[in-house]
Amino acid sequence: MTSSPSRALRRSRADGALVAALAAGAATAGSIVVLIFAFVAREAWPALRERGPLRFVTDEAWHPSDGELLLLPMVAGTLLTTLGALLLAGPLGIASGIFARFYAPARAARLYRRLVALLAGIPSVLFGLWGLVVLVPLVARLGGSGQGLLSATLVLALMILPTVAITADAALGAVPQPVLQGAAALGLGRWTIARRVAVPAARSGIATGLLLAAGRGLGETMAVLMVAGNVVQVPDGPLAPLRTVTANIALEMGYATEGHRSALFASGLALMVTVGALVVLVEWQRRRTVRA
Amino acid sequence: MRELRLPAGERVATTLMWAAAAFVAGSLLWILGDMIVRGLGGLSPAFLTSAPADAGRAGGIGPILVSTLAILAVCIGVAAPLGLATAVFLSELAVGRRGFGDLVRRSLDALAAVPSIVFGLFGNALFCHVLGLGFSILSGGLTLACMALPLLIRTTEEALRAVPQEQRLGAAALGLSRLTTLRRLLLPAAAPGIGAGLVLGVGRAIAETAALLFTSGYVTRMPGSLLDSGRSLSVHVFDLAMNVPGGNENAYASACVLVLALLAINALAVEGTRWWARRAAR
Repeated sequence: MTSSPSRALRRSRADGALVAALAAGAATAGSIVVLIFAFVAREAWPALRERGPLRFVTDEAWHPSDGELLLLPMVAGTLLTTLGALLLAGPLGIASGIFARFYAPARAARLYRRLVALLAGIPSVLFGLWGLVVLVPLVARLGGSGQGLLSATLVLALMILPTVAITADAALGAVPQPVLQGAAALGLGRWTIARRVAVPAARSGIATGLLLAAGRGLGETMAVLMVAGNVVQVPDGPLAPLRTVTANIALEMGYATEGHRSALFASGLALMVTVGALVVLVEWQRRRTVRA
Repeated sequence: MRELRLPAGERVATTLMWAAAAFVAGSLLWILGDMIVRGLGGLSPAFLTSAPADAGRAGGIGPILVSTLAILAVCIGVAAPLGLATAVFLSELAVGRRGFGDLVRRSLDALAAVPSIVFGLFGNALFCHVLGLGFSILSGGLTLACMALPLLIRTTEEALRAVPQEQRLGAAALGLSRLTTLRRLLLPAAAPGIGAGLVLGVGRAIAETAALLFTSGYVTRMPGSLLDSGRSLSVHVFDLAMNVPGGNENAYASACVLVLALLAINALAVEGTRWWARRAAR
Protein backbone atom coordinates (compact mmCIF):
# COMPACT_ATOMS: atom_id res chain seq x y z
CA MET A 1 0.00 0.00 0.00
CA THR A 2 1.35 3.41 -0.88
CA SER A 3 1.11 5.99 1.84
CA SER A 4 0.02 9.41 0.68
CA PRO A 5 2.43 12.19 1.61
CA SER A 6 1.29 14.20 4.58
CA ARG A 7 -0.44 17.47 3.94
CA ALA A 8 2.36 19.58 5.37
CA LEU A 9 4.88 18.14 2.99
CA ARG A 10 2.80 18.75 -0.07
CA ARG A 11 3.32 22.01 -1.86
CA SER A 12 0.41 24.37 -1.39
CA ARG A 13 -1.50 25.45 -4.44
CA ALA A 14 -0.33 29.04 -3.98
CA ASP A 15 3.26 27.81 -4.10
CA GLY A 16 2.62 26.03 -7.37
CA ALA A 17 1.31 29.26 -8.87
CA LEU A 18 4.25 31.20 -7.44
CA VAL A 19 6.81 28.86 -8.92
CA ALA A 20 5.05 28.96 -12.29
CA ALA A 21 4.91 32.77 -12.25
CA LEU A 22 8.58 33.10 -11.31
CA ALA A 23 9.64 30.62 -13.98
CA ALA A 24 7.56 32.49 -16.54
CA GLY A 25 9.22 35.76 -15.53
CA ALA A 26 12.68 34.23 -15.84
CA ALA A 27 11.82 32.72 -19.21
CA THR A 28 10.57 36.11 -20.45
CA ALA A 29 13.66 37.98 -19.24
CA GLY A 30 15.90 35.28 -20.65
CA SER A 31 14.29 35.38 -24.05
CA ILE A 32 14.71 39.14 -24.63
CA VAL A 33 18.19 38.84 -26.07
CA VAL A 34 16.92 36.14 -28.44
CA LEU A 35 14.04 38.43 -29.44
CA ILE A 36 16.47 41.28 -30.10
CA PHE A 37 18.59 39.09 -32.31
CA ALA A 38 15.53 37.73 -34.11
CA PHE A 39 13.94 41.11 -34.79
CA VAL A 40 17.14 42.84 -35.87
CA ALA A 41 17.96 39.86 -38.11
CA ARG A 42 14.43 39.88 -39.54
CA GLU A 43 14.74 43.53 -40.56
CA ALA A 44 18.26 42.98 -41.86
CA TRP A 45 17.25 39.94 -43.91
CA PRO A 46 16.09 41.72 -47.10
CA ALA A 47 19.43 43.52 -47.45
CA LEU A 48 21.40 40.37 -46.71
CA ARG A 49 19.34 38.18 -49.04
CA GLU A 50 18.80 40.48 -52.01
CA ARG A 51 22.20 42.09 -52.06
CA GLY A 52 24.35 39.70 -50.11
CA PRO A 53 26.70 40.60 -47.26
CA LEU A 54 29.63 40.97 -49.66
CA ARG A 55 28.14 44.20 -51.05
CA PHE A 56 29.05 45.91 -47.77
CA VAL A 57 32.74 45.60 -48.63
CA THR A 58 32.74 45.56 -52.46
CA ASP A 59 30.38 48.43 -53.38
CA GLU A 60 31.72 51.72 -54.70
CA ALA A 61 30.34 54.02 -52.04
CA TRP A 62 27.68 54.47 -49.33
CA HIS A 63 24.64 55.72 -51.26
CA PRO A 64 21.98 53.47 -49.73
CA SER A 65 19.09 55.09 -51.64
CA ASP A 66 20.82 54.13 -54.91
CA GLY A 67 21.61 50.68 -53.59
CA GLU A 68 25.31 51.40 -53.01
CA LEU A 69 26.19 49.91 -49.64
CA LEU A 70 29.89 50.25 -48.94
CA LEU A 71 30.05 50.08 -45.14
CA LEU A 72 33.84 49.80 -45.01
CA PRO A 73 34.57 53.47 -44.09
CA MET A 74 32.24 53.21 -41.09
CA VAL A 75 33.77 49.92 -39.99
CA ALA A 76 37.21 51.54 -40.27
CA GLY A 77 35.95 54.50 -38.23
CA THR A 78 34.62 52.23 -35.48
CA LEU A 79 37.81 50.15 -35.35
CA LEU A 80 40.16 53.16 -35.41
CA THR A 81 38.38 55.06 -32.64
CA THR A 82 38.03 51.97 -30.46
CA LEU A 83 41.65 50.93 -30.94
CA GLY A 84 42.92 54.44 -30.26
CA ALA A 85 40.73 54.74 -27.17
CA LEU A 86 42.04 51.40 -25.89
CA LEU A 87 45.65 52.48 -26.40
CA LEU A 88 45.01 55.57 -24.26
CA ALA A 89 42.59 54.17 -21.68
CA GLY A 90 44.41 50.84 -21.24
CA PRO A 91 47.63 52.05 -19.59
CA LEU A 92 45.82 54.87 -17.80
CA GLY A 93 43.13 52.55 -16.42
CA ILE A 94 45.69 50.00 -15.23
CA ALA A 95 47.70 52.80 -13.60
CA SER A 96 44.49 53.96 -11.95
CA GLY A 97 43.95 50.46 -10.53
CA ILE A 98 47.54 50.29 -9.29
CA PHE A 99 47.12 53.71 -7.68
CA ALA A 100 43.99 52.66 -5.81
CA ARG A 101 45.56 49.39 -4.59
CA PHE A 102 49.19 50.29 -3.91
CA TYR A 103 49.68 54.03 -3.66
CA ALA A 104 46.57 55.72 -2.30
CA PRO A 105 46.07 55.95 1.49
CA ALA A 106 42.90 54.05 2.50
CA ARG A 107 40.70 57.13 2.76
CA ALA A 108 41.91 58.57 -0.55
CA ALA A 109 41.39 55.20 -2.24
CA ARG A 110 37.77 55.10 -1.05
CA LEU A 111 37.09 58.60 -2.36
CA TYR A 112 38.94 57.86 -5.59
CA ARG A 113 36.86 54.72 -6.22
CA ARG A 114 33.66 56.73 -5.82
CA LEU A 115 34.95 59.26 -8.35
CA VAL A 116 35.74 56.51 -10.87
CA ALA A 117 32.28 54.98 -10.33
CA LEU A 118 30.77 58.42 -10.90
CA LEU A 119 32.73 58.80 -14.13
CA ALA A 120 31.33 55.43 -15.22
CA GLY A 121 27.81 56.74 -14.65
CA ILE A 122 28.05 59.94 -16.69
CA PRO A 123 25.63 59.69 -19.63
CA SER A 124 27.31 59.43 -23.00
CA VAL A 125 25.38 62.45 -24.30
CA LEU A 126 27.08 64.58 -21.64
CA PHE A 127 30.51 63.34 -22.72
CA GLY A 128 29.40 64.35 -26.21
CA LEU A 129 28.29 67.81 -25.10
CA TRP A 130 31.54 68.42 -23.22
CA GLY A 131 33.52 67.09 -26.19
CA LEU A 132 31.68 69.29 -28.65
CA VAL A 133 31.85 72.52 -26.67
CA VAL A 134 35.14 72.18 -24.77
CA LEU A 135 37.38 69.63 -26.46
CA VAL A 136 36.62 70.23 -30.15
CA PRO A 137 37.65 73.93 -30.08
CA LEU A 138 40.91 72.91 -28.36
CA VAL A 139 41.61 70.26 -31.02
CA ALA A 140 40.64 72.75 -33.74
CA ARG A 141 43.68 74.83 -32.78
CA LEU A 142 45.77 72.04 -34.30
CA GLY A 143 43.93 72.58 -37.58
CA GLY A 144 40.68 71.58 -39.20
CA SER A 145 37.25 71.82 -37.63
CA GLY A 146 38.25 69.89 -34.53
CA GLN A 147 35.57 67.27 -35.17
CA GLY A 148 37.40 64.13 -36.21
CA LEU A 149 39.46 61.11 -35.27
CA LEU A 150 41.46 62.76 -32.49
CA SER A 151 38.46 64.26 -30.67
CA ALA A 152 36.44 61.07 -31.05
CA THR A 153 39.31 58.94 -29.75
CA LEU A 154 39.91 61.20 -26.74
CA VAL A 155 36.25 61.30 -25.72
CA LEU A 156 35.86 57.56 -26.23
CA ALA A 157 39.01 56.92 -24.17
CA LEU A 158 37.53 58.87 -21.25
CA MET A 159 34.30 56.90 -21.57
CA ILE A 160 35.88 53.45 -21.47
CA LEU A 161 38.50 54.43 -18.89
CA PRO A 162 36.28 53.55 -15.87
CA THR A 163 35.66 50.05 -17.23
CA VAL A 164 39.40 49.37 -17.41
CA ALA A 165 40.08 51.10 -14.09
CA ILE A 166 37.36 49.29 -12.13
CA THR A 167 38.22 45.82 -13.45
CA ALA A 168 41.97 46.37 -13.01
CA ASP A 169 41.36 47.55 -9.44
CA ALA A 170 39.24 44.47 -8.69
CA ALA A 171 41.72 42.09 -10.35
CA LEU A 172 44.65 43.58 -8.41
CA GLY A 173 42.61 43.30 -5.21
CA ALA A 174 42.12 39.59 -5.85
CA VAL A 175 45.87 38.88 -5.81
CA PRO A 176 46.46 36.84 -2.61
CA GLN A 177 47.91 38.93 0.24
CA PRO A 178 50.67 36.39 1.11
CA VAL A 179 52.12 36.78 -2.37
CA LEU A 180 52.37 40.54 -1.93
CA GLN A 181 53.67 40.20 1.64
CA GLY A 182 56.30 37.77 0.44
CA ALA A 183 57.43 40.25 -2.17
CA ALA A 184 57.55 43.03 0.42
CA ALA A 185 59.56 40.77 2.77
CA LEU A 186 62.15 40.42 0.01
CA GLY A 187 62.60 44.16 0.27
CA LEU A 188 61.08 44.93 -3.12
CA GLY A 189 59.79 48.44 -3.65
CA ARG A 190 56.16 49.36 -4.16
CA TRP A 191 56.52 49.79 -7.91
CA THR A 192 58.48 46.57 -8.36
CA ILE A 193 55.80 44.68 -6.41
CA ALA A 194 53.00 46.24 -8.44
CA ARG A 195 54.74 45.85 -11.77
CA ARG A 196 56.52 42.49 -11.40
CA VAL A 197 54.25 40.62 -8.97
CA ALA A 198 50.71 42.02 -8.80
CA VAL A 199 50.09 42.94 -12.44
CA PRO A 200 51.29 39.58 -13.81
CA ALA A 201 49.15 37.77 -11.20
CA ALA A 202 46.11 39.87 -12.15
CA ARG A 203 46.77 39.51 -15.87
CA SER A 204 43.60 37.66 -16.83
CA GLY A 205 41.30 40.01 -14.91
CA ILE A 206 42.95 43.03 -16.50
CA ALA A 207 42.60 41.44 -19.96
CA THR A 208 38.90 40.88 -19.26
CA GLY A 209 38.50 44.56 -18.47
CA LEU A 210 40.22 45.54 -21.72
CA LEU A 211 37.92 43.28 -23.73
CA LEU A 212 34.84 44.68 -22.00
CA ALA A 213 36.11 48.20 -22.66
CA ALA A 214 36.60 47.30 -26.33
CA GLY A 215 32.97 46.11 -26.43
CA ARG A 216 31.81 49.41 -24.95
CA GLY A 217 33.92 51.34 -27.42
CA LEU A 218 32.56 49.49 -30.43
CA GLY A 219 28.97 50.03 -29.29
CA GLU A 220 29.19 53.65 -28.15
CA THR A 221 27.01 55.99 -30.17
CA MET A 222 26.19 59.43 -28.85
CA ALA A 223 29.53 60.77 -27.68
CA VAL A 224 31.32 59.75 -30.86
CA LEU A 225 28.46 60.97 -33.03
CA MET A 226 28.77 64.44 -31.49
CA VAL A 227 32.52 64.92 -32.00
CA ALA A 228 33.55 62.79 -35.00
CA GLY A 229 32.37 65.06 -37.83
CA ASN A 230 30.45 62.17 -39.44
CA VAL A 231 31.86 62.41 -42.97
CA VAL A 232 31.70 59.01 -44.71
CA GLN A 233 35.39 58.37 -45.40
CA VAL A 234 38.36 56.46 -44.10
CA PRO A 235 40.18 59.22 -42.17
CA ASP A 236 43.59 60.07 -43.63
CA GLY A 237 44.96 61.72 -40.51
CA PRO A 238 44.24 62.36 -36.84
CA LEU A 239 42.30 65.54 -37.61
CA ALA A 240 40.17 64.13 -40.42
CA PRO A 241 36.46 63.61 -39.77
CA LEU A 242 35.02 60.11 -39.83
CA ARG A 243 31.80 58.24 -39.18
CA THR A 244 31.31 55.12 -37.06
CA VAL A 245 28.85 52.27 -37.66
CA THR A 246 26.77 53.34 -34.65
CA ALA A 247 26.72 57.02 -35.62
CA ASN A 248 25.66 56.01 -39.12
CA ILE A 249 22.62 54.19 -37.71
CA ALA A 250 21.71 57.09 -35.43
CA LEU A 251 22.04 59.64 -38.24
CA GLU A 252 20.13 57.78 -40.93
CA MET A 253 17.44 55.71 -39.15
CA GLY A 254 15.20 58.75 -38.94
CA TYR A 255 14.55 58.88 -42.68
CA ALA A 256 15.66 55.45 -43.95
CA THR A 257 13.12 53.29 -45.76
CA GLU A 258 13.07 49.78 -47.21
CA GLY A 259 16.49 48.71 -48.56
CA HIS A 260 18.31 51.53 -46.75
CA ARG A 261 16.57 50.72 -43.46
CA SER A 262 17.36 47.06 -43.93
CA ALA A 263 21.04 47.86 -44.57
CA LEU A 264 21.17 49.84 -41.32
CA PHE A 265 19.69 46.88 -39.44
CA ALA A 266 22.29 44.64 -41.07
CA SER A 267 25.07 46.89 -39.77
CA GLY A 268 23.44 46.79 -36.32
CA LEU A 269 23.31 43.01 -36.51
CA ALA A 270 27.02 42.86 -37.35
CA LEU A 271 27.75 45.12 -34.39
CA MET A 272 25.66 43.00 -32.03
CA VAL A 273 27.35 39.81 -33.17
CA THR A 274 30.85 41.33 -32.81
CA VAL A 275 30.25 42.69 -29.32
CA GLY A 276 28.42 39.49 -28.35
CA ALA A 277 31.41 37.40 -29.44
CA LEU A 278 33.71 39.56 -27.28
CA VAL A 279 31.50 39.06 -24.23
CA VAL A 280 31.13 35.32 -24.76
CA LEU A 281 34.94 35.17 -24.97
CA VAL A 282 35.24 37.07 -21.68
CA GLU A 283 32.61 34.97 -19.92
CA TRP A 284 34.15 31.77 -21.20
CA GLN A 285 37.60 32.75 -19.99
CA ARG A 286 36.27 33.91 -16.62
CA ARG A 287 34.45 30.66 -15.95
CA ARG A 288 37.52 28.68 -16.90
CA THR A 289 39.74 30.67 -14.52
CA VAL A 290 37.19 30.38 -11.71
CA ARG A 291 37.04 26.62 -12.11
CA ALA A 292 40.82 26.22 -12.36
CA MET B 1 71.04 57.56 5.62
CA ARG B 2 71.42 57.28 1.87
CA GLU B 3 70.13 53.68 1.64
CA LEU B 4 66.73 54.72 3.07
CA ARG B 5 66.00 56.91 0.05
CA LEU B 6 63.84 55.29 -2.59
CA PRO B 7 65.54 54.25 -5.85
CA ALA B 8 64.96 56.66 -8.71
CA GLY B 9 62.66 54.25 -10.57
CA GLU B 10 60.38 53.97 -7.54
CA ARG B 11 60.19 57.73 -7.16
CA VAL B 12 59.35 58.21 -10.85
CA ALA B 13 56.69 55.49 -10.64
CA THR B 14 55.10 57.07 -7.56
CA THR B 15 54.88 60.39 -9.34
CA LEU B 16 53.40 58.74 -12.45
CA MET B 17 50.74 56.82 -10.51
CA TRP B 18 49.64 59.93 -8.63
CA ALA B 19 49.63 61.84 -11.91
CA ALA B 20 47.44 59.19 -13.56
CA ALA B 21 44.97 59.33 -10.68
CA ALA B 22 45.00 63.12 -10.75
CA PHE B 23 44.28 62.99 -14.48
CA VAL B 24 41.30 60.66 -14.02
CA ALA B 25 39.86 62.67 -11.14
CA GLY B 26 40.61 65.91 -12.98
CA SER B 27 38.77 64.78 -16.12
CA LEU B 28 35.70 63.87 -14.09
CA LEU B 29 35.72 67.18 -12.23
CA TRP B 30 36.32 69.06 -15.48
CA ILE B 31 33.30 67.47 -17.17
CA LEU B 32 30.97 67.73 -14.17
CA GLY B 33 32.23 71.22 -13.35
CA ASP B 34 31.68 72.32 -16.95
CA MET B 35 28.05 71.15 -16.83
CA ILE B 36 27.38 72.80 -13.49
CA VAL B 37 29.24 76.07 -14.09
CA ARG B 38 27.72 76.69 -17.52
CA GLY B 39 24.34 75.18 -16.76
CA LEU B 40 23.44 76.34 -13.28
CA GLY B 41 22.93 79.94 -14.37
CA GLY B 42 20.18 78.88 -16.77
CA LEU B 43 18.22 76.98 -14.13
CA SER B 44 15.13 78.55 -12.65
CA PRO B 45 11.64 77.43 -11.69
CA ALA B 46 10.42 78.93 -14.95
CA PHE B 47 12.96 76.91 -16.95
CA LEU B 48 11.81 73.68 -15.34
CA THR B 49 8.12 74.32 -15.97
CA SER B 50 7.76 76.27 -19.21
CA ALA B 51 7.60 74.82 -22.71
CA PRO B 52 10.54 75.11 -25.10
CA ALA B 53 10.30 77.83 -27.73
CA ASP B 54 12.26 78.62 -30.89
CA ALA B 55 13.41 74.98 -31.34
CA GLY B 56 14.57 74.92 -27.74
CA ARG B 57 16.81 78.00 -27.84
CA ALA B 58 14.36 79.81 -25.61
CA GLY B 59 11.80 78.66 -23.08
CA GLY B 60 12.23 75.73 -20.72
CA ILE B 61 11.95 71.99 -20.45
CA GLY B 62 8.57 71.44 -18.76
CA PRO B 63 7.07 68.97 -21.29
CA ILE B 64 10.45 67.27 -21.66
CA LEU B 65 10.65 66.60 -17.92
CA VAL B 66 7.12 65.17 -18.03
CA SER B 67 8.02 62.92 -20.98
CA THR B 68 11.23 61.81 -19.27
CA LEU B 69 9.38 60.89 -16.07
CA ALA B 70 6.68 59.07 -18.06
CA ILE B 71 9.32 57.05 -19.96
CA LEU B 72 11.04 56.20 -16.66
CA ALA B 73 7.72 55.20 -15.10
CA VAL B 74 6.94 52.82 -17.97
CA CYS B 75 10.48 51.43 -17.80
CA ILE B 76 10.40 50.76 -14.05
CA GLY B 77 6.76 49.65 -14.08
CA VAL B 78 7.65 46.87 -16.51
CA ALA B 79 11.22 46.08 -15.52
CA ALA B 80 10.75 45.99 -11.72
CA PRO B 81 8.17 43.14 -11.49
CA LEU B 82 9.82 41.16 -14.27
CA GLY B 83 13.28 41.69 -12.79
CA LEU B 84 12.10 40.79 -9.29
CA ALA B 85 10.45 37.56 -10.48
CA THR B 86 13.55 36.58 -12.44
CA ALA B 87 15.90 37.38 -9.57
CA VAL B 88 13.80 35.39 -7.07
CA PHE B 89 13.68 32.50 -9.52
CA LEU B 90 17.45 32.57 -10.05
CA SER B 91 18.40 32.86 -6.38
CA GLU B 92 15.73 30.65 -4.77
CA LEU B 93 14.59 28.10 -7.33
CA ALA B 94 17.29 27.73 -9.97
CA VAL B 95 19.49 25.71 -7.61
CA GLY B 96 17.80 22.44 -8.48
CA ARG B 97 17.39 23.33 -12.15
CA ARG B 98 20.92 24.07 -13.02
CA GLY B 99 20.33 23.90 -16.78
CA PHE B 100 17.53 26.42 -17.15
CA GLY B 101 18.79 28.86 -14.53
CA ASP B 102 22.23 28.84 -16.09
CA LEU B 103 20.74 29.47 -19.51
CA VAL B 104 18.79 32.49 -18.22
CA ARG B 105 21.90 33.85 -16.52
CA ARG B 106 24.00 33.54 -19.68
CA SER B 107 21.29 35.13 -21.75
CA LEU B 108 21.16 38.09 -19.33
CA ASP B 109 24.95 38.48 -19.55
CA ALA B 110 24.56 38.68 -23.31
CA LEU B 111 21.70 41.17 -22.96
CA ALA B 112 23.86 43.43 -20.80
CA ALA B 113 26.42 43.59 -23.60
CA VAL B 114 24.05 44.62 -26.41
CA PRO B 115 24.99 48.14 -27.60
CA SER B 116 22.31 50.74 -26.86
CA ILE B 117 21.86 51.66 -30.52
CA VAL B 118 20.90 48.02 -31.19
CA PHE B 119 18.27 48.29 -28.45
CA GLY B 120 17.00 51.30 -30.39
CA LEU B 121 16.80 49.27 -33.61
CA PHE B 122 15.03 46.45 -31.79
CA GLY B 123 12.57 48.77 -30.06
CA ASN B 124 11.84 50.48 -33.34
CA ALA B 125 11.20 47.18 -35.12
CA LEU B 126 9.15 45.47 -32.38
CA PHE B 127 7.34 48.17 -30.43
CA CYS B 128 6.97 50.93 -33.02
CA HIS B 129 6.24 48.81 -36.08
CA VAL B 130 5.19 45.23 -35.28
CA LEU B 131 3.12 46.13 -32.19
CA GLY B 132 1.99 49.36 -33.85
CA LEU B 133 2.81 51.66 -30.92
CA GLY B 134 4.59 54.11 -33.21
CA PHE B 135 7.05 56.64 -31.86
CA SER B 136 5.69 56.85 -28.33
CA ILE B 137 6.56 57.11 -24.67
CA LEU B 138 5.36 53.52 -24.34
CA SER B 139 7.78 52.28 -27.03
CA GLY B 140 10.68 54.18 -25.45
CA GLY B 141 9.84 53.00 -21.93
CA LEU B 142 9.54 49.36 -23.01
CA THR B 143 12.86 49.57 -24.86
CA LEU B 144 14.53 51.01 -21.77
CA ALA B 145 12.94 48.29 -19.63
CA CYS B 146 14.72 45.64 -21.73
CA MET B 147 17.97 47.57 -21.25
CA ALA B 148 17.65 48.02 -17.50
CA LEU B 149 16.70 44.40 -16.77
CA PRO B 150 20.18 42.82 -16.49
CA LEU B 151 21.41 45.38 -13.95
CA LEU B 152 18.17 45.17 -11.99
CA ILE B 153 18.23 41.38 -11.89
CA ARG B 154 21.89 41.16 -10.92
CA THR B 155 21.60 43.56 -7.97
CA THR B 156 18.34 41.98 -6.77
CA GLU B 157 19.75 38.47 -7.03
CA GLU B 158 22.82 39.51 -5.05
CA ALA B 159 20.64 41.08 -2.36
CA LEU B 160 18.57 37.89 -2.08
CA ARG B 161 21.65 35.68 -1.95
CA ALA B 162 22.99 37.77 0.91
CA VAL B 163 20.08 36.62 3.12
CA PRO B 164 21.62 33.91 5.39
CA GLN B 165 20.69 30.35 4.45
CA GLU B 166 19.75 29.58 8.09
CA GLN B 167 16.75 31.88 7.80
CA ARG B 168 15.41 29.92 4.82
CA LEU B 169 15.99 26.63 6.65
CA GLY B 170 14.28 28.03 9.73
CA ALA B 171 11.26 29.08 7.68
CA ALA B 172 11.13 25.67 6.01
CA ALA B 173 11.38 23.95 9.41
CA LEU B 174 8.39 25.98 10.60
CA GLY B 175 6.45 24.65 7.64
CA LEU B 176 6.02 28.07 6.02
CA SER B 177 5.04 28.01 2.38
CA ARG B 178 7.43 29.41 -0.19
CA LEU B 179 5.11 32.35 -0.81
CA THR B 180 5.06 33.25 2.87
CA THR B 181 8.83 32.83 3.18
CA LEU B 182 9.30 35.13 0.21
CA ARG B 183 6.84 37.79 1.34
CA ARG B 184 7.57 37.84 5.07
CA LEU B 185 11.24 36.95 5.17
CA LEU B 186 13.28 37.20 1.98
CA LEU B 187 11.87 40.36 0.41
CA PRO B 188 11.97 42.48 3.60
CA ALA B 189 15.52 41.29 4.34
CA ALA B 190 16.69 42.04 0.81
CA ALA B 191 14.73 45.30 0.47
CA PRO B 192 17.68 47.73 0.74
CA GLY B 193 19.64 45.88 -1.93
CA ILE B 194 16.60 45.71 -4.18
CA GLY B 195 15.97 49.40 -3.61
CA ALA B 196 19.56 50.29 -4.48
CA GLY B 197 19.27 48.19 -7.62
CA LEU B 198 16.09 50.02 -8.65
CA VAL B 199 17.76 53.37 -8.14
CA LEU B 200 20.74 52.27 -10.24
CA GLY B 201 18.35 51.06 -12.93
CA VAL B 202 16.67 54.48 -13.00
CA GLY B 203 20.12 56.03 -13.30
CA ARG B 204 20.95 53.81 -16.26
CA ALA B 205 17.63 54.59 -17.93
CA ILE B 206 17.80 58.36 -17.43
CA ALA B 207 21.27 58.44 -18.98
CA GLU B 208 20.20 56.66 -22.14
CA THR B 209 19.93 58.49 -25.43
CA ALA B 210 20.72 56.29 -28.42
CA ALA B 211 17.96 53.75 -27.67
CA LEU B 212 15.35 56.53 -27.47
CA LEU B 213 16.17 58.42 -30.68
CA PHE B 214 13.87 56.29 -32.81
CA THR B 215 11.57 54.75 -30.23
CA SER B 216 10.16 57.63 -28.19
CA GLY B 217 11.06 60.29 -30.73
CA TYR B 218 11.78 63.99 -30.83
CA VAL B 219 8.45 65.71 -30.20
CA THR B 220 8.69 68.52 -27.63
CA ARG B 221 4.97 68.95 -27.04
CA MET B 222 3.45 68.09 -23.68
CA PRO B 223 2.45 64.42 -24.01
CA GLY B 224 -1.27 63.75 -23.66
CA SER B 225 -0.97 59.99 -23.26
CA LEU B 226 1.59 57.20 -23.24
CA LEU B 227 0.96 56.72 -26.95
CA ASP B 228 2.23 60.23 -27.74
CA SER B 229 5.79 60.78 -28.79
CA GLY B 230 7.86 62.48 -26.12
CA ARG B 231 11.42 63.75 -26.03
CA SER B 232 13.60 62.69 -23.11
CA LEU B 233 15.99 65.06 -21.37
CA SER B 234 19.03 63.29 -22.83
CA VAL B 235 17.64 63.49 -26.39
CA HIS B 236 16.92 67.17 -25.75
CA VAL B 237 20.54 67.82 -24.79
CA PHE B 238 21.72 65.99 -27.92
CA ASP B 239 19.35 67.82 -30.26
CA LEU B 240 20.14 71.28 -28.86
CA ALA B 241 23.89 70.71 -29.00
CA MET B 242 24.03 69.09 -32.43
CA ASN B 243 21.12 70.37 -34.50
CA VAL B 244 20.20 73.78 -33.13
CA PRO B 245 22.72 76.58 -33.70
CA GLY B 246 22.64 78.80 -30.64
CA GLY B 247 21.14 76.04 -28.53
CA ASN B 248 24.18 75.53 -26.32
CA GLU B 249 22.96 77.64 -23.43
CA ASN B 250 19.79 75.63 -22.96
CA ALA B 251 21.65 72.41 -23.75
CA TYR B 252 23.91 73.13 -20.77
CA ALA B 253 21.01 74.03 -18.51
CA SER B 254 19.29 70.74 -19.45
CA ALA B 255 22.55 68.84 -19.01
CA CYS B 256 22.88 70.41 -15.57
CA VAL B 257 19.43 69.08 -14.62
CA LEU B 258 20.56 65.64 -15.79
CA VAL B 259 23.81 65.84 -13.78
CA LEU B 260 22.01 66.96 -10.62
CA ALA B 261 19.46 64.16 -11.01
CA LEU B 262 22.26 61.61 -11.41
CA LEU B 263 24.22 62.94 -8.42
CA ALA B 264 21.04 62.72 -6.35
CA ILE B 265 20.40 59.18 -7.58
CA ASN B 266 23.98 58.19 -6.79
CA ALA B 267 23.78 59.64 -3.29
CA LEU B 268 20.40 58.01 -2.73
CA ALA B 269 21.74 54.57 -3.67
CA VAL B 270 24.85 54.86 -1.50
CA GLU B 271 23.46 56.71 1.53
CA GLY B 272 20.09 54.95 1.44
CA THR B 273 21.73 51.55 1.65
CA ARG B 274 24.02 52.75 4.43
CA TRP B 275 21.12 54.25 6.40
CA TRP B 276 19.16 51.02 6.09
CA ALA B 277 22.13 48.93 7.19
CA ARG B 278 22.56 51.14 10.29
CA ARG B 279 18.85 50.85 11.08
CA ALA B 280 18.94 47.10 10.67
CA ALA B 281 22.02 46.83 12.90
CA ARG B 282 20.27 48.58 15.76
